[in-house]
Amino acid sequence: MEKFVSIERVGQTFETKKGKFVALREVDLNIRKGEFIALIGHSGCGKSTLLNLIAGLTRPTSGVLLCDGREIAGPGPERAVVFQNHSLLPWLTCFENIYLAVERVFSQKEGKPKLKARTQAAIELVGLAHAAQKYPHEISGGMKQRVGIARALSMEPKVLLMDEPFGALDALTRAKLQDELMKICEATQATTVMVTHDVDEAVLLADRIVMLTNGPAATIGEILTVNLPRPRNRLTLAHDPAYIECRAAVLEFLYEKQAHVEKAA
Amino acid sequence: MSATTMDGGFCPEKAVDREPAAAAPASSVNHEQAKEKTMEKTIAVNSGTPFSERLGAQLRTMLPPVLGLLIVLGIWHVATFKGGSIPGPAQVWQAAVALFSDPFYRNGPNDQGIGWNVLSSLQRVGIGFGLAALVGIPLGFILGRFAFLSAMINPLISLLRPVSPLAWLPIGLLVFKKADPAATWTIFICSIWPMIMNTAQGVQRVPQDYLNVARVLALSEWKVVTKILFPAVLPYMLTGIRLSIGTAWLVIVAAEMLTGGVGIGFWVWDEWNNLKVEHIIIAIFVIGIVGLILEQALILMAKKLTKESAGS
Repeated sequence: MEKFVSIERVGQTFETKKGKFVALREVDLNIRKGEFIALIGHSGCGKSTLLNLIAGLTRPTSGVLLCDGREIAGPGPERAVVFQNHSLLPWLTCFENIYLAVERVFSQKEGKPKLKARTQAAIELVGLAHAAQKYPHEISGGMKQRVGIARALSMEPKVLLMDEPFGALDALTRAKLQDELMKICEATQATTVMVTHDVDEAVLLADRIVMLTNGPAATIGEILTVNLPRPRNRLTLAHDPAYIECRAAVLEFLYEKQAHVEKAA
Repeated sequence: MSATTMDGGFCPEKAVDREPAAAAPASSVNHEQAKEKTMEKTIAVNSGTPFSERLGAQLRTMLPPVLGLLIVLGIWHVATFKGGSIPGPAQVWQAAVALFSDPFYRNGPNDQGIGWNVLSSLQRVGIGFGLAALVGIPLGFILGRFAFLSAMINPLISLLRPVSPLAWLPIGLLVFKKADPAATWTIFICSIWPMIMNTAQGVQRVPQDYLNVARVLALSEWKVVTKILFPAVLPYMLTGIRLSIGTAWLVIVAAEMLTGGVGIGFWVWDEWNNLKVEHIIIAIFVIGIVGLILEQALILMAKKLTKESAGS
């Protein structure tokens, strides 16, 4: 298997007032180019910690992370992040928020008209051309999240990292955005890692589902390959035996093998 | 996980295809509906409340401050009715009318109209305050951004901040050899602390999310400052500026009393030497009113700027 992102024996320990807290230990994972990985697990299991490590926002205590053959030494636009709470700058319009990213990545090679065209293309990709000149507080949560995705995609990243991007949205908006995301990923062939706690989301979107054990000292418990043909349709999948089997496998992992955290919480 | 059934049931692919085109008219319709609603509301308010009622509401907000002023004037009048060293309101009023009939006369360097005095005080405050902003705001940014520098300089600031700015006046006189820059220097010193502290605090409180965006985009330090830090810190900075200008206006009166020359503080002292007590009382009112105007102007500016930076 061709490795594009590889995570090798990665551990993460945080210094807290109560002493050392081991968040992750011995995580090994290889991700192919163009693959869609879903990271799933109970809250506090270190999903976001792992994503931040791939993003380079934090450095691992032990082990190495590589992206395209190079060690991940810090954050960078080639690994774009869609944050859980959209993180748009409130003093910039949707257009300007995306433009900031486009400008950073492409301004050395391209002139202003080209940069603007790129920004416009990104905003059209998520179907928000009509809201380009609006400020984040003037649009709905789902629209904000779409701008966040547009911003990430506009940078043409090698890897798209998403931290529970649809967690704060209602079920209908979430479904709509999941469908859009599937199309976008198909069109751009982006390598994607998405943190989620939604089993259906994971099965619908992912090529492989990486299931983390409960923290502290979480690690990869199981990896499930989702062998469903693309494009996937949520309606037909609902009755697909393979889909149902995948769902059952993830649910079993979460609620039988890793159930005890529920009692603790 | 509760989304299972919802995901399965409600969102056929076709609906998604239609979505971008359909979204635009739908949202504008919503806007129009909302507009209509608000219009209905305003009409209802206009027709629903009779004129007398609105007048009454205005009266209720105006009444307490006017009453307060009248009571103070009354007490003042009664207290000074039988004569004494302090003039009554009527005397002060007459003196004020005479004084403000020619606020910009010039009879040599030590005898100028009250207008000139106020203006030269404002000028000193402006220069000292402006210099303090030029130094204090960037310094605040640096202290907020670099923990090491902040740890290095914060104890010094804590030590110097409680010192009365007037204690710095002799240093200013010594360094500048002249009264005027020494007074400006005093203003500079008293204005700079709130600006440094508030700016630094604002920088430290910039939400981590925004900084993470900056890190992922790998923005240059210049872009981080102009696109993220500056807009995020602006409200804090404006608070610092407002506090500074209040203190500066307090301090200028005292500083000018000590340095002399032209200025409202000096004028108060001069009139005390001339024993024109009614002029001192006028000066107190003038100082109060100018301070109030400065404060209100800055509040107004802050509102406008933060609105712009929040983008509404």
